[in-house]
Amino acid sequence: MTTGPEDKIPARTRLGDRVFSTSTIVAGSIILAVLAAVAIFLVIQAIPAIVAKPGTLPNGAANFWDYVGPLVFGTIWAAALAMIMAVPISIGVALFISHYAPRRIAQVLGYIVDLLAAVPSVVFGLWGVQVLAPAIQPFYVWLNTNLGWIPLFGGETSGTGRTILTVAIVLAVMVLPIMTAVCREIFLQTPRLHEEAALALGATRWEMIKTAVLPFARPGIVSAAMLGLGRALGETMAVAIVLSPALVVSFFLLTSQNPETIAGNIALQFSEASGIGLNALVASGLVLFVITFIVNAVARFVVSRRRAFSGAN
Amino acid sequence: MSFTRFGSIAVVAVAASLILSSCAANESTTTGSTNAPASLSGTLAGIGSSAQGAAETAWSADFQSANPGVTINYNPAGSGAGRTAFLAGSADFAGSDAALKPEELATASPKCAAASKPIDLPVYISPIAIAYNVDGLKDLKLDAATIAGIFKGSIKTWNDPKIAALNSGTTLPSAKIEVVHRADDSGTTQNFTEYLSANAPDVWSVPAAQTFPFKVGDAATGTPGVASALKAAKNTIGYIDDSAATGMTVAQLKVGDAYSTISAAGAADVVAKSPIASGRGANDLAIAIDRKNTDANAWPLVLVSYLITCSEYKDAATGKLVAAYAKYVASDAGQQSAAKTAGSAPLAADLAAKVATAIATIK
Amino acid sequence: MTAVTSGPIVNSLTTGKLPRGSVWMVLIGSWAIVGLVFMFVQFAGGTKTFNLVGSLFLGTILFDILIWVLSYLVEGVRKAKDRLVTSLIATAFIITLLPLVSLLYTVVANGLGRMIEPSFFTESMRNIVDASGGVVHALIGTLEITAAAAIISIPIGLLTSVYLVEYGRGNLARAITFLVDVMTGIPSIVAGLFAFALFALLTGNPGFRAGISGAVALAVLMIPIVVRSSEEMLKLVPNELREASFALGVPKWLTILKVVIPTSIAGIVTGVMLAVARVIGETAPLLIAAGFTASVNYDLFANPMMTMPVFAYTQYAQQGAHASDFVNRSWATALTLILVVMLLNLIARLIARIFSPKLGR
Repeated sequence: MTTGPEDKIPARTRLGDRVFSTSTIVAGSIILAVLAAVAIFLVIQAIPAIVAKPGTLPNGAANFWDYVGPLVFGTIWAAALAMIMAVPISIGVALFISHYAPRRIAQVLGYIVDLLAAVPSVVFGLWGVQVLAPAIQPFYVWLNTNLGWIPLFGGETSGTGRTILTVAIVLAVMVLPIMTAVCREIFLQTPRLHEEAALALGATRWEMIKTAVLPFARPGIVSAAMLGLGRALGETMAVAIVLSPALVVSFFLLTSQNPETIAGNIALQFSEASGIGLNALVASGLVLFVITFIVNAVARFVVSRRRAFSGAN
Repeated sequence: MSFTRFGSIAVVAVAASLILSSCAANESTTTGSTNAPASLSGTLAGIGSSAQGAAETAWSADFQSANPGVTINYNPAGSGAGRTAFLAGSADFAGSDAALKPEELATASPKCAAASKPIDLPVYISPIAIAYNVDGLKDLKLDAATIAGIFKGSIKTWNDPKIAALNSGTTLPSAKIEVVHRADDSGTTQNFTEYLSANAPDVWSVPAAQTFPFKVGDAATGTPGVASALKAAKNTIGYIDDSAATGMTVAQLKVGDAYSTISAAGAADVVAKSPIASGRGANDLAIAIDRKNTDANAWPLVLVSYLITCSEYKDAATGKLVAAYAKYVASDAGQQSAAKTAGSAPLAADLAAKVATAIATIK
Repeated sequence: MTAVTSGPIVNSLTTGKLPRGSVWMVLIGSWAIVGLVFMFVQFAGGTKTFNLVGSLFLGTILFDILIWVLSYLVEGVRKAKDRLVTSLIATAFIITLLPLVSLLYTVVANGLGRMIEPSFFTESMRNIVDASGGVVHALIGTLEITAAAAIISIPIGLLTSVYLVEYGRGNLARAITFLVDVMTGIPSIVAGLFAFALFALLTGNPGFRAGISGAVALAVLMIPIVVRSSEEMLKLVPNELREASFALGVPKWLTILKVVIPTSIAGIVTGVMLAVARVIGETAPLLIAAGFTASVNYDLFANPMMTMPVFAYTQYAQQGAHASDFVNRSWATALTLILVVMLLNLIARLIARIFSPKLGR
């Protein structure tokens, strides 16, 4: 009897199920449509600049790649500097909230950090230019005179403090809240048993974190860092207000001539641009789009190795 | 349970609708007044120059007060954005720090009647100051070649012989000059570099441009950015709209053989005496500013910003409204109001008369 | 273990301990030492004002070194390392607090005085040329545009994440995941240009600027954030809950609506609020798509609409002859914007608490 042909029992198709699953597919498809529309719009606007004849582009660039090259460098350089500062600090703050601070204080601290994600980027820019830059400029002078032999701190110090290092600090402060929030959630998911096992074996708190928490959270930390990096790469207003740009490729951190970022350049030039200049700006936006996409693809790749932990499969 | 759910949502909704339904106290509806003589009504969209932004605020406030049915929305998105929007038909008028280029004049705006050309009306004049911040240094005197040298980076210290030669009897510090220039493309940079390339062509060897051409000193975003950099750092020098230079020390400029101090009258005078650009429509008042004007107290380092309108609108009502607005803007009252709010230089009488004549033809 | 390095090897059971409270003493002590150094510098004429930030910062670093040395001498190498990391993590926290406190202080100090003036919440900027005027028009614009953006993007984003987690298998799901990632890389100004061009095309009016096009621009920026955060949260719902629900004969769509989403609602709301906070401060796309006006406009579908970030930025960027009037309004608007987001955050948490299942945690 049990060895009969396997008749599949058809599940009753319910109207609600059909409607619901269709609407989720429709929502997903809307995203595809919007993205396709944005991509078409970008490419159409960008083509005239990419194929532009020499001499027609802004900044006397020979061709589009010549125009966008220094901007790509500046974008990556500023974001990388910001990440060097923000990643260790946000891991530290997240650990502080998840494993060090007393539970009740930790909740309040978490809420405060979340709220800081709400500060608009214009305000970060104004704070950077009016408070941070003048305050930190004497420190730059000190760095330059005492540590000027390190190539990064060489060159002539800026008199106003509006350097790429200041921008990187502002960006780091901007991305801290979102990175800290994600890291904190992930640290809190560490299986309790792993932590207790480590402590029971006589580990100090740091040894417990090193052996139980960090290995578990590593992909999540990467994911958080990539989210922050995406924001740092695309930030417009704060960079435009704070940076003193000069369209150069330079590793000096403290001079007045700093490499410009793509997003900052769009903000600075957009209002007075017309004709091919406008196309060039949109085309540089397309390049930023590609850079951010690569960053996200890497993050997705790293995080995908962690699928086994998720509850959905 | 479900009551609390919907109850609290309802509370939120009520609170939100209370906030949204509150009306602005200064927007009392006085449109119903019957004794207003055939008052204008409608909405005008203007886009353009941010230099004009504060002046447009004053003009639209005055004009709206006189005609309560009118709303003027001036979007200070930038001159380039303004001209592009106007030519694409997405604005009724544009504000621009540069007159329309010949190829732009040839473009037909969908707002304008067929076969009619847009016109440029000079309505906003702003002298550009050379402001500096050096302890104990007052009454600095400079000429075009020295300014060019400083902003090009060939004059590096405050006690450079070239500066000392113009300022005999003044003690100059040996400090390094910290140049501050605009980071964003701007009409101010365009006019500043035009002045230098006209008066010191052998030093300032590059053509005038809205992008600052040399890699010298600090770049700051917008007029407020330059102003805060000049105030925050010592030994700085920069070019800045005069309206933002209040409280700063500004240099005197060598014009001809004498030194002139920055003044609204001197700037307006230079503009009034400059020729109208040739080869354009009859009422197109694009001005070829005479940067080499050597009259006493003239200030040829000046920015002129235009109101760009159609000479004939497709929609007659829009034309009537734009003409009325432009008429107010160019009138003495309008110019004085802008001078008070935005710190601009009012048009000289003869130029104002020319502008008024041109405006009278707008349909 | 690598922890065994040179140094006195002591029986770890009998190693000493630093007395209770000594950590705090060392911290306060090192702040005081560096503070004294800075005070001497100040009296010697090196700096004009007392450098509080510098002394807190350097004092904390001094504390990190001191505590390591002390603990190494008294408690041995493993404990010293633990103390060092603890103090470094505390340092990270203090370093984070310094700029954030400074930022909030700057905004409050510059904005509060103007914000509490009665004109600020009762007037718009129509016909205002003096120091008065307020933010009513921008407040209405920001609330309406952000609400419209949320109404567009939350259903799309939430349903898409449900699709990705509960239904999506195969190529379509992979394509959507891939493209949502791409979407996070749209520069905000491009979103504004896109929305403006879209509505010019749809309405046939090349100058169409209204709240709704601003809302669409913001929705384009919001959707990927909502999808990504809700996706992560839905994945955290344990499969046992779904299986238990199926076993009771509950249809899949009801399982999702009544079990999966309520379980993860707190996380979803946090993600949505992060997305709202991210877009509510956008300036450039709104200036392009929603335009600029000094008057109150309630209508999302006609005429330009002012928003708070645009207002704050233009007040800063185009100061007239009386710059302080403009700058004060700018800071006050920035402060108001932060308060509005805080308020929205609180409301959202309240809603999340009402809808989330009561758990014994």
